[in-house]
Amino acid sequence: MYDIAIIGGGVVGCAAAYELSRYKLRTLLLEAANDIADVTTKANSAIIHAGYDPEPGTAMARLNVEGAALAEEICKKLDVPYNKCGAFVLAFDEADLAHVQKLYEQGVANGVPGIAVISGEEAKRMEPNLSDKVIGALYAPSSAIISPWEYALAMAETAVRNGVDIRTSSRVTAIKKVENQFEIQTSSGNYRAKYIINAAGVHSAEVHELIGEKEFEIHPVRGQYFLLDKSEGSRVTRTIFQCPTAAGKGVLVSPTVHGNLIVGPDAEPVSDGDDVSTTAEGLEYVKLMSQKSVPSTSFRDNIRNFSGIRSQSDRSDFIIEESHSVKNFFNLAGIKSPGLSAAPAIAKEAVKLLTGAGLELTEKSSFIDERKQIRFKELTDDEKNRLIAKDPLYGRVICRCETITEGEIVAALRSPIPPCSVDGIKRRTGAGMGRCQGGFCGPRVLEIIARELGIPRTSVLKDKSGTYILVGETKGGTGNV
Amino acid sequence: MYDLIVIGGGPAGLAAACEAYEQGLKNILIIERDRELGGILNQCIHNGFGLHYFKEELTGPEYAGRFIKMLNDTSVEVKLDTMVLDITKNREVHAVNTSDGYQILKTRSVILAMGCRERTRGAISIPGDRPSGVFTAGAAQRYMNIEGYMVGRRVVILGSGDIGLIMARRMTLEGAEVLACVELNPYSSGLNRNIVQCLGDYNIPLYLSHTITKIEGSGRVERVVVSRVDDSTKKPIPGTEISFDCDTVLLSVGLIPENELTKNAGIAIDPRTNGAIVYENMETSLPGVFACGNVVHVHDLVDYVTEESKRAGRAAAAFAKGLSQTDEKVLAMKTGNAVTYTVPQKLRPMRIEKLADIFFRVNRVFGEASILVFDGDGKQIAKFKRDYLVPGEMEHIVLPRKLLDTAGGDSLTVSIEEVQA
Repeated sequence: MYDIAIIGGGVVGCAAAYELSRYKLRTLLLEAANDIADVTTKANSAIIHAGYDPEPGTAMARLNVEGAALAEEICKKLDVPYNKCGAFVLAFDEADLAHVQKLYEQGVANGVPGIAVISGEEAKRMEPNLSDKVIGALYAPSSAIISPWEYALAMAETAVRNGVDIRTSSRVTAIKKVENQFEIQTSSGNYRAKYIINAAGVHSAEVHELIGEKEFEIHPVRGQYFLLDKSEGSRVTRTIFQCPTAAGKGVLVSPTVHGNLIVGPDAEPVSDGDDVSTTAEGLEYVKLMSQKSVPSTSFRDNIRNFSGIRSQSDRSDFIIEESHSVKNFFNLAGIKSPGLSAAPAIAKEAVKLLTGAGLELTEKSSFIDERKQIRFKELTDDEKNRLIAKDPLYGRVICRCETITEGEIVAALRSPIPPCSVDGIKRRTGAGMGRCQGGFCGPRVLEIIARELGIPRTSVLKDKSGTYILVGETKGGTGNV
Repeated sequence: MYDLIVIGGGPAGLAAACEAYEQGLKNILIIERDRELGGILNQCIHNGFGLHYFKEELTGPEYAGRFIKMLNDTSVEVKLDTMVLDITKNREVHAVNTSDGYQILKTRSVILAMGCRERTRGAISIPGDRPSGVFTAGAAQRYMNIEGYMVGRRVVILGSGDIGLIMARRMTLEGAEVLACVELNPYSSGLNRNIVQCLGDYNIPLYLSHTITKIEGSGRVERVVVSRVDDSTKKPIPGTEISFDCDTVLLSVGLIPENELTKNAGIAIDPRTNGAIVYENMETSLPGVFACGNVVHVHDLVDYVTEESKRAGRAAAAFAKGLSQTDEKVLAMKTGNAVTYTVPQKLRPMRIEKLADIFFRVNRVFGEASILVFDGDGKQIAKFKRDYLVPGEMEHIVLPRKLLDTAGGDSLTVSIEEVQA
């Protein structure tokens, strides 16, 4: 029996698990997919927003600014790639300038540090690849870029090390109130908990309605992206936003913490919240819109397209509240942008709601609040040699594009939340993220997964369930290789 | 201190090392990232290799085996399972493996023979879902021929490059059904013999001027949509969609020379080949560093890789022995009508013994045509007749030294002239 069950292993659920793991509680996190951070958390712009966007007075405004500050701390403590690279919002005409001014005022009201309105010349001096048509910009030095899936994983892994149980491949199918507890039926078995935190993202309304009345709706909005080769990674050094216009809300061009360039997203309402397909029209739109900001981007150097879903609700603000129809059931829903930025602050809000509902908190004296990843390519030559002497697997480079060693892949497979797929390894180590997109290292990674997990190679997945890679042996067979 | 470090133990690296050894170099090291020598030839279990060089038909592993055997009788050192992470301007090679750790190796000369990689789905932005079952043809070939696993049962192949064609036959022989081979261009980019032997013989339809416009599937690939494209804009034509129920998509949409090490060393790259700019002896812009094989430009036939790599091996040996010359005249090779690139990009006539080999590709299909060479003054100095020219087949001309000595100006231009019927 658990005190708290968190439904959903995206960044909000992981942040809640991390926050709750400070206390002497029995906490369970349930994730429908076979890995955590594998839905909206892995497919977004990867920005920790400064906080000038939300309207002052909203929960979004307050939690964005608080969350952004917490994110910086957490990334430092838990060794997550993070870079406070700053951001521009570009103005191309008078209407844009007025919008930039409004954002500036909102930023000031929201307590965003260091923001300023700068001239077009100043913007171009700082970012020489911007369009000549830029006439001014909002400059937000506290805007940051992050590795969103590593961020969520780091919080979840730390939660596990502090005693939280995580069950993946556990889709919640029914919730009942039995005595004073919830009985949660999932595809992996039944669990009991006194409180439920619903962080099920795009499916949060459905999860709530398994036991509660209809109180909100999720209207998923899809966004498509390009991810370009590292050769384009310094096309800009800050995140470059546009002002919304009649033509759309604008797309961003940004470096990533991994050294690539990300371009996107568009905003298209979709009926199926699981539909993360890309379309020729959507991608073309993103490309054209981005060229307004940065005309010289070389889309020939694209290495991957993807799309993600914003869990937009029928309300304008985040939904962070106890269900009106079910006591002890807390919704963290409608967490659209700036949800990634706000996540740790949302988690703290959730803990406040729980204590308000009578949950007693006792801090653990033994709380582990640090994490250290070995990233071979970031080590000095001496450190590399010492590491290889200790564990020779760090001397075998498996992913050449990103210089990821077998040692790092094996470490991921022995981590607190071991992945079961090639993409799970990619998210944890970076193997396969580079320009050849796993063309060379894919078969090697698959082999290591099979070996370490003791499963046949034909059972290794690319990503979520059903994404099998190999369909059997050839006529000649594998010859025990 | 090594005389020569060869980076890559595929066909280019093997031939270069063998030749450098023949030329008298003793301290040669080959660094190979895989667990055995031979490179991509090891997974090319089909025949057709060696017709030009050995005058007999070999499989890929047999072709590689000939060179590995030659190497066994030499003092050439080989480090397998070893990755080169950096090459510096002063020819230090940074390498790492499980037994030696991280090492910085010094050498008099370097040969870059890293080969190429495949273009991916991302490079051509195919829209749709992102299910499993989308492989580059070479990755699928590795799974099947090296590791013994099937990658799918119902297959659509995008691109008619040689690896895709070879895989169409291979998968058919393994019992898979290859539903279509889809090519964006109105012509195939593969060798004609592969079109006949890998598609024609198995009744696999080739859809020219078509492309995949959508991939569908929630877990594994379930369906692809193929559309005809407009030949001038390459844009899909609405209303021409054909749907194929399949579980696998193989991509054979081009190869890219792997020059990250080359770029980091500050060596000049030709944007037309994506490989290093090389002189007649395969020397790059960094003295003492040579390049050969698919890392310079993508070849159709390994036999030509071998010839080119032997040239690099000879030149590296001369450099390591201190036989380098000072240079006088340098001719820049320029691309004229319908020529997409040339290798080499620069010629130093003084260093050419008798004949200079020039390789290039054309950008469209020609019937009877002439290859014309003009000097820097615009004077035609050579003409070669061809019955046909196609983008999928690398062209080769040979220019005598004395022609280069007398050429006017400081450049040569290779151009194609169609012979009117």
